[in-house]
Amino acid sequence: MARLVVLGGGVSGHTAATFAAKWLGSAHEVVVVTPNAKWNWIPSNIWVGVGQMSKEEVTFDLAPVYAKAGITYKQAKALSLNPEGNETSDKPFVTVEFTETGKAGTTENIEYDYIINATGPKLNFGATPGLGEGSNLGEFTVSVCTADHAVHAAEELEKCIQTMKKGERQKFLIGTGHGMCTCQGAAFEYIFNIEHELNKAGVRDMADIKWISNESFLGDFGVGGLHMKTMGYAVSSKIFAESLFTERGVDWIIGAHVNKVEKGKAHYELLDGSYGEEEFDFSMLIPPFAGVGLKAYAKDGSDITATVFAPNGFMKVDANYAAGAYENWKATDWPKTYQNPTYSNMFACGIAFAPPHPISKPMSSPNGTPINPTPPRTGMPSGIIGKAVAHSICDKILKGENAPLHEASMAHMGAACVASAGKGLFNGTAAAMTIYPVVPDFDKYPGTGRDTDYTFGEIGLAGHWIKHILHHLFIWKAKLKAGWTLIPE
Amino acid sequence: MAGKKEEANIKAYSQNFTTMTPGPFAKKMRTCVLFQIIRFIIINLKMLVVVSKSH
Repeated sequence: MARLVVLGGGVSGHTAATFAAKWLGSAHEVVVVTPNAKWNWIPSNIWVGVGQMSKEEVTFDLAPVYAKAGITYKQAKALSLNPEGNETSDKPFVTVEFTETGKAGTTENIEYDYIINATGPKLNFGATPGLGEGSNLGEFTVSVCTADHAVHAAEELEKCIQTMKKGERQKFLIGTGHGMCTCQGAAFEYIFNIEHELNKAGVRDMADIKWISNESFLGDFGVGGLHMKTMGYAVSSKIFAESLFTERGVDWIIGAHVNKVEKGKAHYELLDGSYGEEEFDFSMLIPPFAGVGLKAYAKDGSDITATVFAPNGFMKVDANYAAGAYENWKATDWPKTYQNPTYSNMFACGIAFAPPHPISKPMSSPNGTPINPTPPRTGMPSGIIGKAVAHSICDKILKGENAPLHEASMAHMGAACVASAGKGLFNGTAAAMTIYPVVPDFDKYPGTGRDTDYTFGEIGLAGHWIKHILHHLFIWKAKLKAGWTLIPE
Repeated sequence: MAGKKEEANIKAYSQNFTTMTPGPFAKKMRTCVLFQIIRFIIINLKMLVVVSKSH
């Protein structure tokens, strides 16, 4: 019997574990190690963050789902990997620390034949003074990164609405809280949901809403922007985004590295080297992501963390980490199999794999501060990669060690993104976008880097309905209900 | 005021002066249920193609 250990139960890890359990059957063991008791459909946290959904609608208990799937579930966080075993055993193992009530703080070594690192990110609030400490959100801003954060954000938003109803203007500042953030899309969605809710509450005219982000142009979204075919033109996402911001009366600050947050004020540095500050009554700033801090040790106990993980804490995979300057970047730099180059039984997927470089062109201020989005690896790509990795490992277990690996390069993969602006079925709208491929390939698609037949975007009710359907569909799939394997990632 | 409401947010030589802004017809179509049902079908088909090319 082979044992596959999956670290992390988010979109990527959950997809990998559930497909592996289905394909391997009861002859082999799948173990999921995740510190969370609940699964969270993170895209819908946006609606929780404006009070339109409850935490219970976007989360569910993992234990019964894993019991149904025959997956061994350990509510714990991974601390370290020993891919060569230790002095008493050649068997690789992962050391985990339990987080569940009653066992919290106790550790266990779990041996494995194969391991998938799908831990997701550490929400690195501590990278910006005042934004938080370590992975904990601070007191001056709110977040929608977790369901609990989103519940808190909704409460704070409601306080602002009540203040505006009493006749006092409020300033809203939404965006990224550091020069090296990703997930601009989530902040983009949140700012327009807030705008929608303020309209609904009849207080929009009392609100000054401003966007702040590390993008060098509005609509970069961490993917270097995109061109969408509209009315016969290939239109830049810059025009698309600026149009939406203008229509909704939202100002913007771009190319910004938020370097300090204090009560009611964010300090920032811009790409031109100048500094500024922005006051706010309500602010949601996405933190930068980092690896979760897993360590790795060789058989003799020596620290090999730098061999297994990139400096940012994400696991090295089959990417080209020596691409160098932007001018040298190729679509082929991006990983295909997500196998660790040193230990062939280790894989990484979702946010946990180390990308070869950003997708957006790297930029820095004259003061040397890097200010550019880091590459998104969430949502659809995350699920597709998780499934491909699970497929590779299952083939190795069932067909033999030499079975070919499955590939899922982000340079050959598209993504569908729906950013809602309001939740009502007939008064909410959404920006529905697809992008193909996620990583631009300027050799294959000279000019825009993407296939504009499959890269498009539009605003309307249709996208909004799709967002609603996706919410229910993906929770259905994650709960492994009837037909779950037919629902694409 | 003779100007169009949809264009009121544009400020001369500010950062939003160079973008496009939707007129009343474009905005109406966004929430026109019949038109959006058609777009719903088209967008879903396009998304399915992208999904199938990605697996």
